[in-house]
This record gives sequence, structure tokens and C-alpha cells, in this order.
Amino acid sequence: MSQVSYTALTREGLWTNNPALVQVLGLCPLMAVTNTAVSGLGLGLATATVIMLTNGIISAIRSHTRPEIRVPAFMMVIACVVTGIELAMNAWLHELYQVLGIFIALISTNCTVLARGEAFASKNKVLPSMYDGFIMGMGLTLVLITLGSMRELLGTGTLFANANLLFGEAGRALTIKVIDDYRGFLVAILPPGGFLGLGLLIALKNVINTRRQRKAQAVKTPSPAAVPELTPA
Amino acid sequence: MRLANLIQLDMPLNTATSPHAKAPITVSTVMLQVALALIPGLIAYVWFFGWGVVINIFIAVVTALIAEGVMLRIRRQPVGMYLADLSAVVTALLLALALPPTLPWEITVTGTLFAIVIAKQLYGGLGYNPFNPAMVGYVVLLISFPREMTVWVPVVSMSEYPLNFLEYASMIFTGKLPAGISIDAITEATPLDSLRIHLGLGSSVADIRATFGIDEETSRLLSVVPIFGMFGGKGWEWVNAGFLIGGLWLIYKRIISWHIPVAVLGALMAISLVFYLFEPARYASPMFHLFSGAAMLGAFFIATDPVTAAASPSGRLLYGAGIGILLYVIRTWGGYPDAVAFAVLMMNMVVPLIDDHFKPRVFGH
Repeated sequence: MSQVSYTALTREGLWTNNPALVQVLGLCPLMAVTNTAVSGLGLGLATATVIMLTNGIISAIRSHTRPEIRVPAFMMVIACVVTGIELAMNAWLHELYQVLGIFIALISTNCTVLARGEAFASKNKVLPSMYDGFIMGMGLTLVLITLGSMRELLGTGTLFANANLLFGEAGRALTIKVIDDYRGFLVAILPPGGFLGLGLLIALKNVINTRRQRKAQAVKTPSPAAVPELTPA
Repeated sequence: MRLANLIQLDMPLNTATSPHAKAPITVSTVMLQVALALIPGLIAYVWFFGWGVVINIFIAVVTALIAEGVMLRIRRQPVGMYLADLSAVVTALLLALALPPTLPWEITVTGTLFAIVIAKQLYGGLGYNPFNPAMVGYVVLLISFPREMTVWVPVVSMSEYPLNFLEYASMIFTGKLPAGISIDAITEATPLDSLRIHLGLGSSVADIRATFGIDEETSRLLSVVPIFGMFGGKGWEWVNAGFLIGGLWLIYKRIISWHIPVAVLGALMAISLVFYLFEPARYASPMFHLFSGAAMLGAFFIATDPVTAAASPSGRLLYGAGIGILLYVIRTWGGYPDAVAFAVLMMNMVVPLIDDHFKPRVFGH
């Protein structure tokens, strides 16, 4: 793996190898935190930052880490970075920190973080590793926001409620009350809503993939060059 | 589990020669008979609790048929054939019978949509759903709208203000109460609910029976909720008796086998009898449990759903007994108005294990 294609990395992180929809990793925070779009976004960004930094560090020390103890070493790196992020959020985004609570500390146990370190960063150079971490984090964040928006919209009829937690006082204007006088649909906000929502998102992704494949096959007969061949390494 | 599908699709099975007698039984005749068997219970229901349930049934059936049709179209399945099997209608009937009679229409629609679209069609339609769709719809509503879902009307003869058909319709569709009537005048907790609340406050069953006696006049004077009827919950005993009659007719017609209802009711009776004999002050009698809430409806109509129940006779006994015991446990120590839905769904989860354990032995091995 001498040359890394950033386009391929982007496609992997956002779609073909999306950490939440394809690898289905780190579901605990995914279920617990996505009852509003804003907390989903907050946790997504925190996780993205963590993966980017840990991937960078792991890649930088990869030639000094003995293979026998690489996982404990990676875990130490991850724990340090997460602690740093946690302290930073406590200082600058204190209210969001209180909303997300234990789930910030739990980023260190999120399998996605260790998986990217082990699968990618320990074999690649620093810059591609950081980019991989960043784009994987973005893939996760997109799912967290989508799921959070779905659940918030269904559950309470609003979007981006409490946006001030993330964006300061100006964020209050972001809150949209989509449905006035909404009765609320509690199950969407409760944990079952997280499972149902993620299941529906995965199903939707599969539907899109099948459609695309069918279309690609239909095109294949006249011109084989039109089909982009994707073979994950 | 696949049996329903075999009958339904009328698959050309290659069988041996000889004349074969074919029973004129299809999914739609089965479903039609199940729907007919609900009538005695439904009549009792309307008699004791008014017309609200009929409006709920209408809303649920229309929603279910539309949702089923749209989903079948999206899934590119034959719409007419599956709609005619009436399984969506039966799901809607069972759900609507479980709902409070004054429930706002959009909640009924939400529950029916959830039952048909998510619990049934997304899993692959009739024959493939691991969970009873009507009960999934009910539980989603119970969790999502705890306030609306636990409001019940008192027995008509006991009510300060029994609602007529139009007043029910106006409550369901617009949320408007009749002029000059407060919500408290027309709603009351169910017997199971009141019993649980009063036991929780430390009264004994005998105390409660003395206070909330069966004498209608006294109850009305004291304006208290009558909990006990002649042998079960007030009003509910006759609704349950109606469903019992319908259920027995289904067994007689061999639409359902006796295993599941007998196991559900037997287990419910056994466990409630044990606790009742052990401490009659704290635990209601077996008769009360058998003839309150949705016990009979659950035992004969809900637990016996051929798709989600266990397949073998001994498996069905185990499945039914599990429902009966869970029913008692959740009613007695849980926080919900009734427990049929949770008990059935929990046992639905176990069905694959039960079926695997009671697999018929292959001969020759």
C-alpha cells in the first residue's frame, strides 16, 4: 500500500465502509445519544476528532510499536486523546458536555476508533491515516445527525432543539419547530427508536445499493467501461 | 410458520397419485371466521363501554387496508390477492379491541400503520413476521402515549355521563368533549388498574372489595370505581365471557387448536391460585384474573396467531404457559394497565427456540 487514493478513502468512510451503517460499530453511544440532532452532531464531531488524532499518533509511532503489545499501546493513545477531548469539552462546551455525559468518556471504548487504528493507521503514513480518521468520523457523524434528526422530528416535532449547547447563544435561532402543537411520539426518543431508526437507515442504504447495482448491470452490456470497478483492498 | 404461505399461495405441490380430498380452507376463510368469532365479545364490549370501539375498529380497518395495499404495491406483490386474505383486517380488529374507546383517531392510525408497515410488511408480509403485528402496534402506542392509552371509560350503567355514538365520534375525531362535561366525568381507570393502585397504597383485596363493592347504587353514591363484578372485573367479565364463547367456537370449528388457549388460561389460573391461597389479602382471585382485561381475547385470539406462535403441540403448550405466567407477573408486579401485549411479544421472541427444541424426530435416525 504505497499510494493511497483519497477519493477511495472518502468513498469508503462515507458510504461503502461507513462505520455505523456497514461496520455497525460503536452502537452503544449511537443508540443512547441520538435522541436529538444536536447531541448526535456533538458526539459525532467529538468522535471524529478523536479518530483523527488517534490515527495520526498511532501512525506516527507505528514503527516503534512492537506488534505483540500494539493493542495496549493503541488503547493508551486512545484513552489519552479521549481524556483530552473530554476536558476540553468540559471547559468550552460545558452544557453539551453535561448532556452527553458518560458517552464522551465512552468514546475510548468505541470499537470504530481502535478498528481504524489497527486496520489502517498502523499500516499507513501519518497524513493518509489522519484523513482516514477524519472521513470515518464524518461518516459516523452523518449517520448520527440523520438518526438524531429523524428521532427528534418524530419524537418531539422539532429540529436542532438546544442548538445553543453547541453553537452558543446564536444557535437558539437554529431551532425549528416543524410541527406546532405536536403530541409527541415517545418511542422515537426512547432506546427502541434508536434501534428501529438505525435498522431503517441500514435498509435504506441497502435499497440504494441494490438499485445502483441493477442500474450498473443494465449499463454493463453496451459499454463495460462505464462501470467503476471497486475492489476494496 | 410457512404453512400459512403454502395454503395462501396455492402452490402446486407434487404429491403422490390417488384421489386427494382437499379441505376448502384458505387463509381468507380462516381470517373471516376469526373475525366472526370476535362478535360476541364485541357486542358485550359495546353494551358495557359504548360505541367508541366500533369507531376505533372502523379507523383501524381502513388504515390497515390502505397501508397494506400501498406496501404490497411498493414491494411489487399481488395487491388484490393479499388484501383479500383479510389478515390485515384481523390485525386491525385485534388492535382496535385493545385500544381505549376514546383514543384520538391519529393515535389509532399511528398504531395501525406501525403494525402493518413495520411489524408485518417490512419483515416480508404474512407468514414472515416474527412478532404479532397487532401487539407491536399496541405496545408502541402504550410506550409513546402513556397518558392517552391508559384513559378508560366506566361501565355505561355506572357512568355519570355515558357517551352516545356522536359524542364518541366527536371525542375521537376532534378531541371535543360534550358541552359542560369534564374529562373526569367520562373516564375512569380499569379494574386491573384500580386494583393495582389500591394494592400499592396498602389496602387489602378484602378492603377494596368492601369499599368498591358490586352494589351499583352504593358505588355511585360514594362515586368510586367499581372494580369487582360478579366473578371478574366489573363489566369486563362479560366482555371476556363473550370472547370465551367466540374462542370456544373457533376450537370447535378447528380454526385454532386447544393447546395455546388452555395453556395460557391454565397457567394464569394456576399461578394466580397459588398466590391467592398463599395470601388472599394481597393477590386477586384466579377468577378475577381470568375475567379481567384482555385475558380471554389474548388467550383465544392473540396468542393463537399461527404465524407468530409455536408450531408443535407440545411447543404450543410451553408457549401458552409462558404467556399465562408472564401475564400474571406483569399484571401483579408491573406498572402497565394490562400485560397481554408484553407477554405475547416476549414469548414470540422465544418461539424459534421452542420450535427448535420440539422439532419432530426424523424417522430412521
